[in-house]
Amino acid sequence: MPIISTASLARTFQTRRGPVEAVRGIDLTVREGEILGFLGPNGAGKTTTLRMLTTLLEPTGGAATVAGHDLATDAAGVRRACGYVAQSGGVDPQISVREELVTQGRLYRLSKTQAAARAAELARDLDLTDLLDRRCGTLSGGQRRRLDIAMALTHRPKVLFLDEPTTGLDPASRADLWDLVRRLRDAHGTTVFLTTHYLDEADALADRLVIVDRGVVVAEGTPSALKLEYGGSIGASLQDTFLAITGRGPVPADAAPVAV
Amino acid sequence: MLLHDTAIIYGRYLRQSLRSRFALLFGVLMPLLYLVFFGPLLTGLPLGGRGSSWQVLVPGLLLQLGLFGALFAGFMIILENGQGVVERMRVTPVSRLALLLGRVLREATVFVLQAVLLVLAALAMGLRAPLIGIVIGFAFVALLTVSLASLSYALAMKVRTPQEFGPLVNAVSMPSMLLSGLMLPMTLGPRWLDVLSHFMPFRYLVDAMRDAYVGAYTTDHMLYGVLVAVGFAVLAVTVGTRVFRTAGA
Ligand SMILES: Nc1ncnc2c1ncn2[C@@H]1O[C@H](COP(=O)(O)OP(=O)(O)O)[C@@H](O)[C@H]1O
Ligand SMILES: [Mg+2]
Repeated sequence: MPIISTASLARTFQTRRGPVEAVRGIDLTVREGEILGFLGPNGAGKTTTLRMLTTLLEPTGGAATVAGHDLATDAAGVRRACGYVAQSGGVDPQISVREELVTQGRLYRLSKTQAAARAAELARDLDLTDLLDRRCGTLSGGQRRRLDIAMALTHRPKVLFLDEPTTGLDPASRADLWDLVRRLRDAHGTTVFLTTHYLDEADALADRLVIVDRGVVVAEGTPSALKLEYGGSIGASLQDTFLAITGRGPVPADAAPVAV
Repeated sequence: MLLHDTAIIYGRYLRQSLRSRFALLFGVLMPLLYLVFFGPLLTGLPLGGRGSSWQVLVPGLLLQLGLFGALFAGFMIILENGQGVVERMRVTPVSRLALLLGRVLREATVFVLQAVLLVLAALAMGLRAPLIGIVIGFAFVALLTVSLASLSYALAMKVRTPQEFGPLVNAVSMPSMLLSGLMLPMTLGPRWLDVLSHFMPFRYLVDAMRDAYVGAYTTDHMLYGVLVAVGFAVLAVTVGTRVFRTAGA
């Protein structure tokens, strides 16, 4: 039984300039404990898909289950089972790291003492202990990301959704973050569903890739299987493979990240 | 659960307000200026009501404070949307009503605090009114703040940029202020203006508050004021909660 499965999941936005079909029908499954790379160019519908799977946005079509909970009928169950880190993160720069972590624990219905203990534990696991009394706005990019992830892990979710977790990070912080994601999966069996438009990241981190373009899945498989099938050989670069699949290159690595 | 969640959200934002005490004081500045520089002009004028001119002016100034402060409360949610704070909270199991109530109750607390400051200043200027009437007035300001802040949050979640939000709120707040007789009783004006102002919900609140300030608690004005204030609050909170539940489209 897959931990995530979707069937024709779709979302159309009504805008002043007419309807925008952001996601036109996504079918995918994710196995428990898998690190899934959700790869696609800007505007492909990655964030929209994530926001639907985390109950932030109601689908306009299709269905999905997350950790056995139906998205349409059991939003509360889905919320208990998953953690989500948006591309923009989600902390107030004026508030201290400790206060954000404790409040997050309280939002997950921990008691005051439980929430304080959980905050200390998360800070230890994510190397934030020395930063607890700093305001969130004073953290570096890499530290901020670790805090965002700590917030999302408060309730020990089965599934962690990360939206472009390394966009804007320096190379050392990216490498740290990759280690962190692997550690999470290895130590707790957490399923990680991450979006990226960095091919090296997808290659290095993901067990399996789902490639989306214009709101639909255009290919899926392990990085090597995709290279073999679309790139011509297992030695092909993921760049060439991606080009062969979508007919265009992914966004250049230095493009300014757009938060949506 | 609703109480627990509301208390947590309320605590978070109240601590935020307490960190910026300066903004809290600054909010009282405009009504205070009216009190000091405009209030004395009225003392000799026949305003038609019972009681002194201060008993007419102060309720209006309190509602003005609530009106402007609460309508602009949405700016904060625009900021928070940009930081991702709202979505981060919406993925937790926290009650959607609590996400709204915790925030608007913070606004109400801040405005009651400011209202107390303003009334103290008014007492020094010469206001004399029964204590019960003054407390009833605070209740009206709190209810108005809850309603308007809810609507302001709802609007801010929809428009999402300060460039759209600012002009919209200005377009609402100025006519609301002028048409509800916050500064001077509408009964002083021509008939058409008086009639028009009855379409403004705040008109009923200010009439009721002025009655409370002269110790008249069982009047028609009071009845209508309470009905409008409570009805408006229920409507506004319902709209606001809906937006927190379905936001993002
Ligand atoms: N709230 C929204 N209203 C209207 N259009 C939207 C909204 N969110 C996203 N879109 C549009 O949907 C498409 C997919 O966006 P998104 O899911 O953010 O893509 P990605 O994350 O892959 O870059 C884009 O064309 C985007 O402009
Ligand atoms: Mg995106």
